[in-house]
Amino acid sequence: MTYIAKPKFHHPGLKKNELGYTHRDYEGKISTLCAGCGHDSITASIIEACYELSIEPHRVAKISGIGCSSKTPDYFLGNSHGFNSVHGRMPSVLTGANLANRDLIYLGVSGDGDSASIGFGQFAHSIRRGVNMTYIVENNGVYGLTKGQFSATADRGSKSKKGVTNTDNAIDLVAIALQLGATFVARSFSGDKAQLVPLIAAAIGHKGASFIDVISPCIAFNNHAGSTKSFDYVREHNDAVNRLDVLVGRDPIAVDYAPGTVQVVEQHDGSKIALRKIDADYDPHDRLGAQTFLARHAAKGQIVTGLLYVDPDADDLHTHLNTVETPLNTLEADTLCPGSAALDKFNASLR
Amino acid sequence: MKPTDIAAPDYFHKVVDCQWACPAHTPVPEYIRLIAQGRYSDAYMINWKSNVFPGILGRTCDRPCEPACRRGRVEETPVAICRLKRVAADFKDDITHRLPKPSAKNGKRVAFVGGGPASLTVARDLAPLGYHCTVFDGDPEAGGMMRTQIPKFRLPNSVIDEETGYILNLGVEFKGGHRIESMKALLAEKYDAIFVGSGAPRGRELDIPGRKEAAAHVHIGIDWLSSVSFGHIDKIGKRVIVLGGGNTAMDCCRTARRLGGEDVKVVVRSGFEEMKASPWEKEDAIHEDIPIINFLVPVAFVHDNGKLTGVTFQKVKAEYDAKGRRNLVPSGEPDQTIECDDVLVAVGQENAFPWIEQDCGIEFDKWHMPKVDPKTFVSTNPKVFFGGDAAFGPKNIIWAVAQGHDAALSIHKLLSGEDITERPLPEVHVSSQKMGIHEWSYDNDISNDKRFKVPHRDKVIALKDIRTEVELGYDVKLALGEAERCLNCDVQTVFSTSLCIECDACVDICPMDCITFTENGEEADLRQYLKAPSLHPDQDLYVSSDLKTGRVMVKDEDVCLHCGLCAERCPTGAWDMQKYLIEMTQAGSACPTKSRSAA
Repeated sequence: MTYIAKPKFHHPGLKKNELGYTHRDYEGKISTLCAGCGHDSITASIIEACYELSIEPHRVAKISGIGCSSKTPDYFLGNSHGFNSVHGRMPSVLTGANLANRDLIYLGVSGDGDSASIGFGQFAHSIRRGVNMTYIVENNGVYGLTKGQFSATADRGSKSKKGVTNTDNAIDLVAIALQLGATFVARSFSGDKAQLVPLIAAAIGHKGASFIDVISPCIAFNNHAGSTKSFDYVREHNDAVNRLDVLVGRDPIAVDYAPGTVQVVEQHDGSKIALRKIDADYDPHDRLGAQTFLARHAAKGQIVTGLLYVDPDADDLHTHLNTVETPLNTLEADTLCPGSAALDKFNASLR
Repeated sequence: MKPTDIAAPDYFHKVVDCQWACPAHTPVPEYIRLIAQGRYSDAYMINWKSNVFPGILGRTCDRPCEPACRRGRVEETPVAICRLKRVAADFKDDITHRLPKPSAKNGKRVAFVGGGPASLTVARDLAPLGYHCTVFDGDPEAGGMMRTQIPKFRLPNSVIDEETGYILNLGVEFKGGHRIESMKALLAEKYDAIFVGSGAPRGRELDIPGRKEAAAHVHIGIDWLSSVSFGHIDKIGKRVIVLGGGNTAMDCCRTARRLGGEDVKVVVRSGFEEMKASPWEKEDAIHEDIPIINFLVPVAFVHDNGKLTGVTFQKVKAEYDAKGRRNLVPSGEPDQTIECDDVLVAVGQENAFPWIEQDCGIEFDKWHMPKVDPKTFVSTNPKVFFGGDAAFGPKNIIWAVAQGHDAALSIHKLLSGEDITERPLPEVHVSSQKMGIHEWSYDNDISNDKRFKVPHRDKVIALKDIRTEVELGYDVKLALGEAERCLNCDVQTVFSTSLCIECDACVDICPMDCITFTENGEEADLRQYLKAPSLHPDQDLYVSSDLKTGRVMVKDEDVCLHCGLCAERCPTGAWDMQKYLIEMTQAGSACPTKSRSAA
């Protein structure tokens, strides 16, 4: 907890994006989380991604539940829309908002408690329905606000700060998201912004349900020996399958990597992802392969990170429901209520 | 890059840009914090120790510290360091009991030629050590150019009397009205050492047609100012031209405005920006309705049978050669004559040593300047030292003070039988400022205030009396606001590699994007990898040793606000805010001793 506001001064040489904003313009209030919290790095990554994409802050809705992670939307995009919902209920609030106004960019921010325990069902259904959103779980494997009990994503066999061993099986949210049909699935680490920032940027550009599981060490309760979500453990066991660069705009991609090591994925919004392979055999378009790969590596205690699965041609809930292009919240009464003649005609069609 | 050696005294000293830029290395942030706390006497004493004349310098210093001030790199204007110094002098209590006591004499005698800032600094350093100091000056009172050349409306006599008095009261013997006419005779008096601080007393002449004929109304600037200062001159014609673009020209024109000059103009060869005068002195002149006319070179004094009627100027323009050097070349336009009743010539000052005989063992160079060692200030006669303008030509008071301290150290070492070329290292104190989890002993909340203006006396009143001080100085409230603008650059960010867990918290919170974790490389490469572009390569990079991941922490010291947020957000205490206090060695403190710092 810091008592002073972050100084307004910024580096005189800061670059500006297309809108004329520096990355400082995408900040929110100063964080009230513990010093060193991984969540603050995710906050910084979201700020960086939105800055790089030149997103207009008023086009973003950030929605969260309850928990350390769900406090973070206060710390980024101070000029965006926000809704801090009930514990575990971010997905339904986000779904409702998305249905009402399909034109906004939806950032769902949640934690392992919020999404893997109390809101597990909500998480599952929003993914299953293909809501057009970027769903970020800030995953530290521990209930920080209540002083360090294991959460549902804590690995079996890992140790709490007090030395107690976890005997429950862990929920792997990435595996679930893949199984439920998420069309953009990634895992990253708060201590690796070079990987995380482009992943968030690519997820924002994706049409459909994007899910990112970010391992985010809890400095206060889960950064000790025996933890599988500590800085040291994640760094030692991080198995990145690829690295990506997000290319905004329509410029041709000049790639100077060895042939076959870069794959260009064009997204629905016209942006492009240049995917640099680290694991030559990994195919991010193979959902089943990804699931097997994850399971095999998890058994070896490895944490697979990178863009694990993407379907660039995915569609979303609005496509499924065949809604109009105009956001529902802007439809006027005469459109919504076309009059008794139209009603009679409709009723007649059902007779 | 190799890991930064923060134990080297210069490393953190350079981060305190103001102190590094000050010739006397005054601990600026330290005294500004004391002003903010209302501890004016403590702030004054810190200044007095370093720069000897806080009240005088707080009104007249050329402020090399202010262009260096980091605040000027993050917003438009630096902290008003100079005028805060005056605040310490204005609001202090009686400090006489805190001054050194005249001590028992050690039997050694030192003579001083000239009673200006350089000599008085040496005397202040030496007198408390028991030296018998005798200061000779042609003028009746001590102060040298501070008293004779700086107009009273900028620097009242009371301030000069007070601060020269503190020195003379240390048991220094002052022989006023006693001009030294012969070095040989002085040497014959068998002083143990002689310090020459006689300044640059000769105003440069402007030898153009009409000079001799119109001599009655053409005056040399510094001589004229001196005559005004002693009351020998109390009026001037209505139309006055001041020739020259330095601070003396500014003093001349403003003085002329107060002695009856109604239409006073400053005419300068160069362009406005290249003028030697400090920007604020030009502003003050313009504020008193004195136009500054540029790119005119005087070619003749126009006179009517010996009665000056004007000055003829050639119009020039600036041209730059391939190497970027500026040349003033005739613009081809017709010459211009400006009518006037009097001319003040302020086109430079020169040294003059007609009183030093050739066989004194003091050698001179081809520019007729004494050969003086720039570190020890000794001349080719091992007993004779030079300092201030007399040593290296006209500079400012603060340089004379800095040189005086060094010369005093040399004299003390010489008369203690030590090697004067061995210069002791400065004393450095480094201490953590942590008071609690998020509590520091300094105010780390950065003020967004713009520079506060120093209140001036109403122009109509100010122009009526030459002895009425124009600047009123900050009041307590304004002083507090201005003091809060200081970024506390002496409270250093100190990094401990072994404690860092590379969580990025400091990178994320730093408002100035100063901190980068990256792979190591050569300095030129590292500057390319920084999170925000490196704008000033002269500002150091603070590089850690290798971290666990093999990367290094690189901090660009350039625009750090010293807000301490990196240390507040660091979960392991790898960052700490530590106050770095460096005190330059002065005569008598040759061996660093443990002393209590003020805050």
